Amino acid sequence: MSTAAAPNYELIQQDGLETNLLEVSMGPHHPSTHGVFRMDVKLDGETVVDLRPVFGYLHRNHEKLAENMSYLSSMPFTDRLDYFNSMTNNWAYALAAEKLIEVEVPERAEYLRVIMAELTRLVNHVTLIGFFINDLGALGTPLLYAFREREKILDLFEQASGARMMCNYFRFGGLRNDVPEGWLKRAGEVVDRFPYFLDEYEQLLCENEIILSRTQGVGNLPRELAISAGVTGPMLRASGVAYDLRKVDQYGIYDRFKFRVPYTEGDTGDCYDRFMIRVLEMRESIGILKQALAGISEGEIMGNAPRVFKPKPAESYGRIEGPKGELGFYLIADGTPKPYRYRVRPPSLINLTVLRDMCLGGKIADAVIILGSIDIVLGEVDR
Amino acid sequence: MNEISHEPVLQQFPDAEWDEAAGAVIVPLGQARTMAEWLLGHGLDYCSNVTGVDYLEREVKEKITNDAGEVETVTRTEPARIDVVYHLYSMQNKTGPLVLKQRTSRDNAEAESLTPVWRSCDLQEREVFDLFGVNFKGHPDQRRILMWDEFEGHPMRKDYTEPFDYEWEPTPHNEILEKHQKGKVIV
Repeated sequence: MSTAAAPNYELIQQDGLETNLLEVSMGPHHPSTHGVFRMDVKLDGETVVDLRPVFGYLHRNHEKLAENMSYLSSMPFTDRLDYFNSMTNNWAYALAAEKLIEVEVPERAEYLRVIMAELTRLVNHVTLIGFFINDLGALGTPLLYAFREREKILDLFEQASGARMMCNYFRFGGLRNDVPEGWLKRAGEVVDRFPYFLDEYEQLLCENEIILSRTQGVGNLPRELAISAGVTGPMLRASGVAYDLRKVDQYGIYDRFKFRVPYTEGDTGDCYDRFMIRVLEMRESIGILKQALAGISEGEIMGNAPRVFKPKPAESYGRIEGPKGELGFYLIADGTPKPYRYRVRPPSLINLTVLRDMCLGGKIADAVIILGSIDIVLGEVDR
Repeated sequence: MNEISHEPVLQQFPDAEWDEAAGAVIVPLGQARTMAEWLLGHGLDYCSNVTGVDYLEREVKEKITNDAGEVETVTRTEPARIDVVYHLYSMQNKTGPLVLKQRTSRDNAEAESLTPVWRSCDLQEREVFDLFGVNFKGHPDQRRILMWDEFEGHPMRKDYTEPFDYEWEPTPHNEILEKHQKGKVIV
């Protein structure tokens, strides 16, 4: 069935010995690929001379599905894109649709949106770091510490929305329901405890000699390439560009909070930079969460948006700073209850553009941690 | 975030049109690459989103005022087309977006690849090629990306109908059955 060309085994002359290039298909079931992702790697000994990412194994044409149902019906589907961060996926979609129907979001809902998004960022970064260390060979222990903390936040999500991961919590013009009584207090306790965990985690990992020697100088991504390739999120900031949509677009009520955007000063970023940026970002998220939990007041959580609506013919592009990068939704309305065109701009997919550039010339074992430091979720790459 | 004005673009490229309803610059035929390079030189260093939109031939009803001053409804046929949409931002100036659209026919869909200008178009233009069937001239590595190589058709087109069985392929089953019935194969 396959029509792929026969592999081209070039002969290499080395010290009078003849050897072949070796073609390795890493994946789709390789544990380091975080899902069903394949890297076709050409190796000269242990050195990577060519790499092609292959994906699409989870493709379900999410965009076509959404074009055949009403605007609100695809809200639960957005949860399944990046299944670690359902809350931020919801927000990006709600933002794009709210531009079409021009509805005001009440203040309490805006605060809760920020709280949910920052909790999601904590969940994503803490798990990513766990998996990243797992890829380095520290099997289990750091990952399970990360999962312990993640579980506390997932409990909060469950209490608020009824689901741990597939939250489906946002609505156009607000949120589905208010948080239960005492939730804010519990959230405050989790947030207050989190820095203690981070201290411990940083002490364990950030100056660990093995981590330093495996990640520093590996997978260099120069600033110009990162900008040109549309890399966003922590990966872009690790390459020395201070570009954070929470500051640039100031969507929602992010203009009310005081926080810093961590980025590296050099004009290139390696795996260690990408790892550290995420650690620092978690500290900033905790700051935002504390401000939001202190500033939230009682009130409505839903604006007066109809459940089924027919927006006037128009186009809108809503984007937010998701934990993995810029998550955008592009909608075209044609006056019917269904979107004429619905497009997801997935950060995971576009960050993969530079995978080959970062791996070339490195060792095959480093390709695994470079992929881990990009932070992809295949539900979003394949859609 | 500050919006980017489209006026300078229209001055530089007099053939370009401004689509008010969509808020997009329609790129004149054959000038996409030149325009992209000019925009890159003017600070639009970040191409965020690339996608296609398929429009079937459709009838549009419009109200116009005729010579006698009466309002009448006129039906007009809009030809079928595919738009390739680019959302551009400036990272250095923190401005955006500017929306570009390349228009092409449906039957022989062809557009200029902007991958040599912005690397971020690479995977996304491959996706448009895969799902919409737009041929990108100048793309360094145009292959299917989400569907498998042997797949036929372009599923994001509005008139696409899915086959009864995606993975049907001819097997020697019937031949062998026939031979078996003739007594030539012992199963």
